[in-house]
Amino acid sequence: MEDIIQKTSKEEIKPPVVSVGVIGWIKANLFNGWFNSALTIVTLFFLWETVLPFFRWAFIDSVWNTTGQVCRDAGGACWSVISSNFRFILFGFYPYDLQWRPLLAMIILFVLLFFSQNRKLWKKPLAYAWIAGLFIMGLLLRGGLFGLDPVESTQWGGLPLTLLLSVFGLTAAYPLGVVLALGRQSKMRAVKTLCIVYIELIRGVPLISLLFMSSIIFPLLLPEGVTINKILRAQVAIILFTAAYIAEVVRGGLQGMSRGQYEAAESIGLNYYQTMRLVILPQALKIVIPPTVSQLISAFKDTSLVVIIALYDLLKTTQTVLSNPEWMGFSREAYVFVGILYFLGCFSMSNYSRKLEKELSRGN
Amino acid sequence: MKNTVSEKVPFWLDPKKRAILFQFITLCMVGLLGYYLVSNTLHNLEKQSIATGFGFIHQESSFEIGESLIDYSAASSYGRALIVGALNTLYVSFIGIFITVTLGTFMGVARLSTNWLVSRLAAIYIEVMQNIPVLLQLFFWYAIFYETLPSPRHALHPIAGVFLCNRGVAFTVPKTHPAHAYMAIAFLAGCIIVYLVRRWSKKRQERTGQLFPVFRVSVGILLGLPLLTWWMAGAPTELNMPKLVGFNFIGGLNLSPEFIALLLGLVLYTAAFVAEAVRAGIQSVSKGQTEAAMSLGLRPPTVLNLVILPQALRVIIPPLTSQMLNLTKNSSLAVAIGFPDFVSVANTTINQTGQAVEGVALIMLVYLFFSLLTSAFMNWYNKKMALVER
Amino acid sequence: MDTESSVTTEQTLSDEAIIEIIDMHKWFGDFHVLQGINLTVHKQERIVICGPSGSGKSTLIRCINRLEEHQRGRIVVDGIELTNNIKNIEKVRTEVGMVFQHFNLFPHLSIIENLTLGPIWVRKVPKKEAEENAMYYLEKVHIAEQARKYPGQLSGGQQQRVAIARSLCMNPKVMLFDEPTSALDPEMIKEVLDVMIDLAREGMTMIVVSHEMGFAKSVAHRVLFMDFGQIVEGNTPHEFFENPQHDRTKLFLSQILH
Repeated sequence: MEDIIQKTSKEEIKPPVVSVGVIGWIKANLFNGWFNSALTIVTLFFLWETVLPFFRWAFIDSVWNTTGQVCRDAGGACWSVISSNFRFILFGFYPYDLQWRPLLAMIILFVLLFFSQNRKLWKKPLAYAWIAGLFIMGLLLRGGLFGLDPVESTQWGGLPLTLLLSVFGLTAAYPLGVVLALGRQSKMRAVKTLCIVYIELIRGVPLISLLFMSSIIFPLLLPEGVTINKILRAQVAIILFTAAYIAEVVRGGLQGMSRGQYEAAESIGLNYYQTMRLVILPQALKIVIPPTVSQLISAFKDTSLVVIIALYDLLKTTQTVLSNPEWMGFSREAYVFVGILYFLGCFSMSNYSRKLEKELSRGN
Repeated sequence: MKNTVSEKVPFWLDPKKRAILFQFITLCMVGLLGYYLVSNTLHNLEKQSIATGFGFIHQESSFEIGESLIDYSAASSYGRALIVGALNTLYVSFIGIFITVTLGTFMGVARLSTNWLVSRLAAIYIEVMQNIPVLLQLFFWYAIFYETLPSPRHALHPIAGVFLCNRGVAFTVPKTHPAHAYMAIAFLAGCIIVYLVRRWSKKRQERTGQLFPVFRVSVGILLGLPLLTWWMAGAPTELNMPKLVGFNFIGGLNLSPEFIALLLGLVLYTAAFVAEAVRAGIQSVSKGQTEAAMSLGLRPPTVLNLVILPQALRVIIPPLTSQMLNLTKNSSLAVAIGFPDFVSVANTTINQTGQAVEGVALIMLVYLFFSLLTSAFMNWYNKKMALVER
Repeated sequence: MDTESSVTTEQTLSDEAIIEIIDMHKWFGDFHVLQGINLTVHKQERIVICGPSGSGKSTLIRCINRLEEHQRGRIVVDGIELTNNIKNIEKVRTEVGMVFQHFNLFPHLSIIENLTLGPIWVRKVPKKEAEENAMYYLEKVHIAEQARKYPGQLSGGQQQRVAIARSLCMNPKVMLFDEPTSALDPEMIKEVLDVMIDLAREGMTMIVVSHEMGFAKSVAHRVLFMDFGQIVEGNTPHEFFENPQHDRTKLFLSQILH
């Protein structure tokens, strides 16, 4: 049989020009085949018709820092509605000179979030930092101690309120959700049934109904004379709602645990609580970090619903600005601005979640 | 061997008895809490002279509802009002689900397209729509109507027969004609015929191996029979065109801004999640499956139908069903823009009768009903479709 | 590998070429994965291709049934040239069977449905005939009793045998094997190799990418060594293992035969 030996010295043969470089990329990605080429052309046309006018409206013809009247005369987007009402949109009715306090609270939150990104820092000191941080944030908003003027919760609003509802909501809902998930897995019939009823009930109804319930019915549940403030009512509703969803997420993690883990813990002699606390939960909760972050994103978006029960979160403060005669009619600009804020928050969280998922699946 | 049968174990050390005790205590606590809350509520209601019970269902509602699928007036009962609301919810949800599945599937497939431009645009759509709260999107579309669109006098006229203004959208529709009923019957008959043709062609293929162009024939029948009926009924072409009368459009199909804003917001938001589910489903089928099928000589459409879709759908259907449920639940946000869905009507009822407990309970019951129905379906589907493994 | 199962390779092969690859080049972007491949495969010939990972061996056989597209040179299978012509590609695919490293059985179909899919939809065979054909091949690979089961219920070795039967149901003229035993647990490798040896005995033209050198020694007409996208060396098994000509071949052999 003959050999099939290649010439050892041969000129470097280059791939055909139309397959590499910029031209190659364009051909392969935009114009390979007549269908794709047609698609590219149609899409470019569509972009030309829609995106270009939008850019003109948003940037070229737009007005940035004027009064409402000038805006009406101009043709493009009126971003002045944002720039002139910036502080009200962000902070609501919080006293003007004291607005550095919610600002500081938000900065503390962002710093904590920033450091929590790095999984290597997930140890006891970070947990304590969070507890201290949450306490300080609450204190900054409320005042009354350490020489800070007290500010009634009826005056809290804007972005701090949205963040407050989401962060406290998730923080309180998480342990409750874990307990519910454990209860649902329990062998004790009564406990299991109670948990299933709660979870399925809450997951089956829209959040709006829980918010209605909290704002209208909670006062009825309490004995005469006892009132709880509006924000607390909404917060409780959000906590109860999120807990049910967290419970399902955690249940997924618990179901992913192999029997062997339970058996190993049992054979060492650990009781139920120790098994859960030391062996099962640390692993199960780690597995479900991505869907948990997903829940945080949902909680953040869902806080916007408190508009309907007239709490002055970010969305409602924006609507209040729009009901001012001077700024009426610029809803598009205002909503786009708020949309961008929400988008930045949610997008960075979901990006983080995707990154985390990759890290975890690679086996940390 | 010494008889080591049960030394009496005190009941607080016996795990079974402890479990029973624990459950007993838990139930007692829950029961007590429930009793406490209920008695407070009854007491407070009495103090405020609010009635209890569902008697209000028969009372006159004395409020109008903007859009209704059935007859309704302010003289109708609250019960009827609630039914109108429920029908509106179902109406919006059905149409919304239909459009969402179509748009979502399209976007999911586009996301996987080899065309860079198309796939990037789809990705942008998905990311943006998923990360902005649905309520904000609803407000945005509603604002487009009452702020951006012109008054009926200066309505936009993008295509012949369609008018856009701040009172809603008016479409030209064919004028109602008895032929339409016959066409509907023809279509149903067509469906039955198509079903029979498919069964016959499958048997024929099993017997002789020959393929029958089922798809083309089905399309032909489903389109052709109604068309034939239309022609035989005299080919009526009269159109019901919306005309500007005074300040409004009369005639044609009129959709209110509330309805359109609700539909747009719900559909655009939910379709983004459906797109992700579709994408994940298609990607879950490993490349090796396509390669093995192609190596056998199967053509791409056959590969899609027999190998990829069956596997992809197993992964797509469960999250798709929960998105459908989410859309139905999110339709409750209609209360924020004034579309009279069930929550909206129930809210008005609560405001007028003061019976918050009954009202909220009704809302929860109705949505619970939808959810449980959907869960039951998903469980049934998952059991049926589970891949057989060791 | 016991010598009893070695198949005679001294028989004169027909001169008829069933596959001709002439100066074939392929690039993945800028990466020149296959550099000037020239290969002629005769009817009933059995070739084993070995080489380090990344040498292009899998890519080479995947070009033969057009799972990969070559950019330069010619590939002719049973007189049909592989170009962008869809009809030619489909024809070639019905004549060339492929067995994958990860089996790629269709998990939502039963074993017998996996086997009848191709004949029913490509060769337009009636169902009964397709099933009889399928049972014939299932018996050949000694797995007839699992016909109604699903892939998820079988072991790796069983699945690979089913995969071989699935390709055989299309009555191919050439069988390509892409590392058929690499994903199997050791105790299951023999059952698959035995099936491949039976196939060889019956005169099937086979191109096998594999590291199973015992199989190569007892069954192959030629063993080819590939490295960096080129066929470095090719010879009868005896010559190949006893007298490797090139340093790269010697290095590779020393690494895998120890």
